[in-house]
Amino acid sequence: MLTNGGSSQNGVVYDVKGLNLWYGNDQALKDINLKIEENEVTAIIGPSGCGKSTFIKTLNRMVDNIPIVRTSGKIFYHGVNIFDKTVKLEELRTTVGMVFQKPNPFPKSIFENVVYGPKIHGIRNKKQLMEIAEESLKSAALWDEVKDRLHDNAYGLSGGQQQRLCIARSLAIQPDVLLMDEPTSALDPIATNRIEELIDELKNNYTIAIVTHSMQQAARISDKTAFFLMGELIEFSDTKKIFTTPEDKRTEDYITGRFG
Amino acid sequence: MVRDSFESSIKSLEEEVVKMIESVEELVIKSIDSLINKDVNLAREVIRLDDNVDKMQLEIEEKTIELIALQQPMAKHLRIIFSIAKIIIDLERVGDFCVNISKETIKIGKERHIKPLTDIPKMRDIVLGMLRNCKISFIKEDSSLAYRVGQEDELIDNLYKDVYTDVLMLIHEDSKNINQGTKLLFVGRYLERMADHITNICERIIYIADGDKVQIN
Ligand SMILES: Nc1ncnc2c1ncn2[C@@H]1O[C@H](COP(=O)(O)OP(=O)(O)O)[C@@H](O)[C@H]1O
Ligand SMILES: [Mg+2]
Repeated sequence: MLTNGGSSQNGVVYDVKGLNLWYGNDQALKDINLKIEENEVTAIIGPSGCGKSTFIKTLNRMVDNIPIVRTSGKIFYHGVNIFDKTVKLEELRTTVGMVFQKPNPFPKSIFENVVYGPKIHGIRNKKQLMEIAEESLKSAALWDEVKDRLHDNAYGLSGGQQQRLCIARSLAIQPDVLLMDEPTSALDPIATNRIEELIDELKNNYTIAIVTHSMQQAARISDKTAFFLMGELIEFSDTKKIFTTPEDKRTEDYITGRFG
Repeated sequence: MVRDSFESSIKSLEEEVVKMIESVEELVIKSIDSLINKDVNLAREVIRLDDNVDKMQLEIEEKTIELIALQQPMAKHLRIIFSIAKIIIDLERVGDFCVNISKETIKIGKERHIKPLTDIPKMRDIVLGMLRNCKISFIKEDSSLAYRVGQEDELIDNLYKDVYTDVLMLIHEDSKNINQGTKLLFVGRYLERMADHITNICERIIYIADGDKVQIN
């Protein structure tokens, strides 16, 4: 039901409608409406605490793990409201991969990290697992660097390599969407550049939503940009438009550095 | 803190553009004065003063490049800096046309004018008025003023047509008039081109103020 092959209307992957979210009594997201389109990179920007991480974690219902969270509104993922009782969380998280700020590989070998998800999904065949590992690592632009040491511990990799490993791990379960929460904020400029190039390649096959605190990064890599402020979506449009002629004074003030 | 100094860098860049506009105004005044008064020395001064305008252009250009490299401007900042980089090219061209006029003045020297210069001072007055209002609209980021300035371009076009027909008649009357007649035609043409460049600047100012890319006329 949630799969890629489903009846997605005109390349819209996510259609968020009137989304509100509270942590206890504090409202962190206020009436959010936006569409995320297929094979596009959507950047989410805004000052700390404006709700970027909360928003992105709602898209795969990771916020469900937080007991005090309450939501209202709808998020259609390929036409299906993810808050519907019939939606299976495992299924949603299989098609929507997530990459975090700090690379978080498991204390296992590089190979085991990549095939972790497929194994959980019941794939045991060694040859098949190796194929998945190779393909995922290649897609994450890491294969050439690790192909001779697949059974070494992942902690021996550099920060940038670990982050690409985490991307490979997400790709191994063949997702449809990749959510990334400040994936380069812990990386140096060279590693950052590699991840940005990777995102640019991945968008041919995946839909990507990325939270970033770097406006330059949003400008470089995204097609659409959403500007959040204190839980509200202030402006959402083509990245080109946002960074040259934003409509809203608050967007203008934020991206020209007057606050935030 | 760092942002404050960025904003003040933009401010001082804008002030330099205003100074450059004022220097160009001076060139327009002096080039036509020297033509009317057959003042070859003043014409030579225009050519010298234009070197300053060229220098200003290079300095401002250098600063825009620096600001882009070091501050990665966005939105309004980006529009201002990018537009300034273009505005100074048009301003520099206006200065060049003043030099061209002065060169014609030097060639005419002490010759008697083949006709009373009536339309050329009118054209100068309009060009000067355009430059001044263009400066004000730049300072105030007043896009509607910039738009009106751009529309005056039409007046200049009409005056140029008058100069053209006048001179053509004189050339028909007496072929000895060909030499100076073509020089006066060039002067008219240069003034008309100045107005085109000022109109370009006005379009840039509208882009700075509103983010709209317009073509006036
Ligand atoms: N687990 C949580 N419990 C309570 N409040 C939270 C929790 N996570 C985030 N918040 C609050 O929600 C708001 C948005 O936070 P967050 O989504 O992390 O913002 P951002 O990613 O834009 O920095 C903040 O006010 C934050 O304090
Ligand atoms: Mg966050």
